[in-house]
Amino acid sequence: MLNLNPIEINMKKLFSLILFFFLNNLSHADWLNFRGTLGNGQASVNSVSKLSITSPTSWKAKLPGRGLSSPILVKDKIYITASSGPKQETLHILCFSQDEGKLEWERKFRSTGRTICHEKTCVAAPTMTSDGKVVIAQFSSNDVFCLDLKGDLIWLRGLTYDFPNAANGLGMSSSPVIAQGVLIAQVENDADSFTTGIDLKNGMSIWRKIRPKGANWTSPVLLGSGAKQKVALQSKNGISIINPKTGEEYWSFEEGASTIPSSTPIGEILLVPSNGMTALKGRIDQKSHTQLWQDNKLGPGTGSPTVSGDYFLVINKANVLTCAQITTGEILWRMRIKGPSSGSPVATSSHLYFFNEDGLGQVIKINQSEGKLVSGVDLEETILCTPAISENALFVRSDRHLWRLSEN
Amino acid sequence: MIHFYFAKLRNFSAYRKVMKLFLLSFVYFFLSFGLPAKKKNSTTELIQPLININNLGAGNIAAIKVWPKVASLPASDVLVLLEAMNQANPLGDNWIRGAISKICELDKTSLPINKIVEFLNNQSNQDEARQMAYEIIKAYRPTIAYKLAPSFIDDPAVDLRRISVALMIDRIEDIESEEKKKKLLLNTLTKAREVDQIKEISETLKKMGQDINIIKLMGFLVNWHTVGPFDNKERNGFDQKFQPEEKTDLNQKYKSMGEIITWSPFSTKEEFGMLDINQQYGEIKEVCAYAQTTFYSKNSKPAHFRVGSKNAWKLWLNGKLLFARDEYHRGKTRVDQFIIEGDLKKGKNLILLKVCQNEQTQSWTKQWEFNFRVTDRTGSAIHNAESEPN
Repeated sequence: MLNLNPIEINMKKLFSLILFFFLNNLSHADWLNFRGTLGNGQASVNSVSKLSITSPTSWKAKLPGRGLSSPILVKDKIYITASSGPKQETLHILCFSQDEGKLEWERKFRSTGRTICHEKTCVAAPTMTSDGKVVIAQFSSNDVFCLDLKGDLIWLRGLTYDFPNAANGLGMSSSPVIAQGVLIAQVENDADSFTTGIDLKNGMSIWRKIRPKGANWTSPVLLGSGAKQKVALQSKNGISIINPKTGEEYWSFEEGASTIPSSTPIGEILLVPSNGMTALKGRIDQKSHTQLWQDNKLGPGTGSPTVSGDYFLVINKANVLTCAQITTGEILWRMRIKGPSSGSPVATSSHLYFFNEDGLGQVIKINQSEGKLVSGVDLEETILCTPAISENALFVRSDRHLWRLSEN
Repeated sequence: MIHFYFAKLRNFSAYRKVMKLFLLSFVYFFLSFGLPAKKKNSTTELIQPLININNLGAGNIAAIKVWPKVASLPASDVLVLLEAMNQANPLGDNWIRGAISKICELDKTSLPINKIVEFLNNQSNQDEARQMAYEIIKAYRPTIAYKLAPSFIDDPAVDLRRISVALMIDRIEDIESEEKKKKLLLNTLTKAREVDQIKEISETLKKMGQDINIIKLMGFLVNWHTVGPFDNKERNGFDQKFQPEEKTDLNQKYKSMGEIITWSPFSTKEEFGMLDINQQYGEIKEVCAYAQTTFYSKNSKPAHFRVGSKNAWKLWLNGKLLFARDEYHRGKTRVDQFIIEGDLKKGKNLILLKVCQNEQTQSWTKQWEFNFRVTDRTGSAIHNAESEPN
């Protein structure tokens, strides 16, 4: 029998605790925004080469309403939104456990903004965001909620309640981001178009920037990190790189950009869906940029490009997947996939994952010289969202269900 | 003083008995009324910042401070929170909803269900608060909610009435007798207030050979006068103040785009009151038109002005701009697409609508149209009295 004194016991407990948190964090990689923590669809985790509905670690959970929003992953939980009711006026924010798919909590609110949308989309279109401590849910009605990880309300805003013309008759889908303690909510439309910076602590607007009038379904993306972190706003006019704390513009690109697929950041480089695809890089003076390349053969369809290592992948309107070099735009290979798809692809260093609208998930093994379809999974429901990647698992949702898909 | 009076009693034991009774009564009175009243007051005080919430985040800081305490109230206080929703705006309602959700999550068994049912049945409470009460009952006592559902058939709260109408539609489906079915459907149609339910019922009735006048039922305004076209190049006409915005006399002539234009009658028989302006002026682009109608109200009252249009539009009531929407062809024109609050005055009211068409050339952008109705807050049609009331 091992005899331990109290100090040794406490040390042992402490060590176990540290080990637990270490392993826990190791097995649950965060996915904090639309298209991941980096906002470019890339995950640095172990890949799965097969997505199984029936594997022992896979599960399927029922959702209380419609949604195109993607799941986000914080620690060992999944956070997701849904909307229900005859006018989709009920806004749901849900938390599930990653391992079992158990519903941990649900909060229900009512929309204070407009809920009319095109039939294909719905009020729960924007994806949530998190800084690892709080979660933010924005809806097409421009209701914004900040909750802690246990589901306690911290603050809320009704941006269409504040500005009654801030709405899009087809629905809005821009997913917010958090940069330097500021929530960036893009509320861009034909009638009253703006982006606002909201203090994460109390929900008060720090700044409000009038933006080009025009329907805009793109999402802001983060450039860099820490105190130098910037935010890229995209509109039909092009790109505006701003300081998240003030809304002031560092530099802009004014050759126009898509209003559906969003830009993709990779370090200091920004891939913009403009004239096909345009790669931009900010200069050291922070007031101007360099255009690295432009190629009209690299234009995306509805989904945004994703990144894997030194190259990026884009699916066009004709359901062709193209792999190209980030720094040069050189096309490395192309292959046809089974579309059409509304969500964006996501990738690890070795695999690309995406779902078409019929619910067919496709896993493609990728490297610099080729892409090869290695497996598929048919969820038999319409899938319009972008999946989230965790260690050895993929999370995806439909209007009715949320899945964890693992290999074994 | 009271104590002094009793001290004068000759029999000391009697004095003690009376004092004991008095003190007990006082304690009872205090416990029965004083403490809960004080507690209720302090709870109400606690909730006040959630009621004070306003737009642009005003009141957020105070609300953030109290919300955790509100969300920790006992389940027996849910009624106080529902009462608070009577005073809060839609943002405050959501703060309170969040707290109720948390309270119910922690204690499902101590909810004062009977009092919540009473609150629900009291139509003087606000619609949103009553709807929340129903949701609590549905979530935690579903059998009670199921029993209550048919009673909302004449309810002023649209969402509650909708539940009852949906239930009726379901029940009628199972009835075999065509005659009975038709009778019940006709009755349910008069109760329905939302366009999807009205469509569903009227389509079933039409299949049964029953004519339905939806224009009359829903109160679409179908008789207008229009004048146009006015220039809307580069969408600038939306903000341009053309003459009809100042002179609405139907005999007025205006000069526009090199032509003299006048008001002309314009009406529709389309089932849901759609007015196709292209029929007046041809399928032209980058133009605006004005439509006006006179609406007689039996008395002064608040009303909903319900506009449907996929074009940009502006609405004036008696010369006052109520709302303007600068958006083109984002989806289709829908009934009740925009619900604008305004006040009808007794007698003659002038409704003026500006509807703009843009430059887009795709097939799905040719519509230049609107529908319009006036209702009370429940969606019940307010019909045009057609003439000055006595």
